[in-house]
Amino acid sequence: MHRLCSVVVLFLLMPVCHARGTGDLGIVIERASGSVQVIETSTNTSLGSIDGLGDLSHASAVYSRDGRYAYVFGRDGGLTRLDILSMKIDKRVIQSGNSIGGAISQDGRLVAVSNYEPGGVKIFDASTLKLVADIPAVYGNDKQQSKVIGLVDAPGQKFIFSLWDAGEIWVADMSKADNPEITKYKDIGQNPYDALITPDGRYYIAGLFGEDGMALLDLWNLETGVKRILDGYGKGEQKLPVYKMPHLEGWAIAGNYAFVPAVGHHEVLVIDTLSWTEAGRIKVHGQPVFVMSRPDGRNIWVNFAVPDNDTLQIIDTQSLKIVKTLKPGKGVLHMEFEPRGEEVWASVRDEDRLAVFDTETFEQVTTIDAEKPSGIFMTYRAHRTGL
Amino acid sequence: MKSMPFIASFLLVSASQLAIADISTTRQTELMYLLKQDCGSCHGMTLKGGLGPALLPKTLNGKPRELLVTTILEGRTGTAMPPWKAMLTHDEAEWISVQLQQGVK
Repeated sequence: MHRLCSVVVLFLLMPVCHARGTGDLGIVIERASGSVQVIETSTNTSLGSIDGLGDLSHASAVYSRDGRYAYVFGRDGGLTRLDILSMKIDKRVIQSGNSIGGAISQDGRLVAVSNYEPGGVKIFDASTLKLVADIPAVYGNDKQQSKVIGLVDAPGQKFIFSLWDAGEIWVADMSKADNPEITKYKDIGQNPYDALITPDGRYYIAGLFGEDGMALLDLWNLETGVKRILDGYGKGEQKLPVYKMPHLEGWAIAGNYAFVPAVGHHEVLVIDTLSWTEAGRIKVHGQPVFVMSRPDGRNIWVNFAVPDNDTLQIIDTQSLKIVKTLKPGKGVLHMEFEPRGEEVWASVRDEDRLAVFDTETFEQVTTIDAEKPSGIFMTYRAHRTGL
Repeated sequence: MKSMPFIASFLLVSASQLAIADISTTRQTELMYLLKQDCGSCHGMTLKGGLGPALLPKTLNGKPRELLVTTILEGRTGTAMPPWKAMLTHDEAEWISVQLQQGVK
């Protein structure tokens, strides 16, 4: 950006540099090439790409609260702080051997990364990327270390995460950053695979891979512990092989209903959030991966695991019926709504492009080339708990 | 593998070479893509491991090939590894096993 500005100043003799905000920006992970593309949603264009981010399979990102820096969490343990305005890597550390995701604290000063190898959570200063706290996920009598998944931020300067191998949920209170206070909830169920926090920051819910049901923690009433919900879901049914772990990050909520992917079923589960009981199931095209609500909650967009990942389905949250089936192309990996939801971006990995859809007409608005795109992360996430 | 007689290992290798010969280059490209992208969802795109274990020659070479083939086709009960037999034939799973043991570039 600075160089660009100097060039502009030099050649056009303009007295001031063109300044811009970041509210209409986002990044797209190009997982095979270890690069990130910066996109802009006012005119639906790509502004350029940034290379050198390592192994980005299963990468995700969060934003600084000023919306200028994206923290990208790579599979190879890389944590990268990107300046999306100047389109440069600002800082980068390899913080573990194998990581899965991360979160930024309520006050924006801490970035936490959840790791598979060695299993645990590391917490860094958001501006310097210096290690602030190391929380190994040690469990059991033999002091094994668990892979960590479902890491989110929560009000009260907390990070919450789940232990895949141990079946535990841990709450780390970072009010005193150099001395985290950890509360552990044990026996929450077998193999939590991902988790989410409700937009108000009250409920943390972990999906269980090893058994039916989900684990719910009410953060307003931590002393009541973890409660099992949707217990017995799917019992007695023939389980289908799960070709891809579903994600819960895109918490879909509309009125009193929450929508989550059913593990191993061609169904989206509808949950009544007042009683935390099942309110229905919607038959869909394949095994759902992301079940995401348009910001106004009117529609839910769903993508699917292989071999059905060429399809998107849209559910109307009033009628609980599918209102549209789209075929954007092979390898639809992720969707991201624009801040107020009038358009949605989808990654079409196998066809090396991004597709943008109008969310009212379901028409494809435009496509943009991208190399094996996966996750799309827009800057409005900077101001949402759990994203 | 350790206890398997030498002759049996030899037969396995021969069988796999036969199987490879039967898989078209187009299909081989598809299988390699599936291996990196879809197996990569859990095992990492560079196969260094993720939610699932690493699938590198050093971790797989000591294992009988048929065990790998069975794992791919039937999955592993009690883990997140699904059976892929709805999408892959025995020969294709064997071809993938050979690639894994040789090391995928």
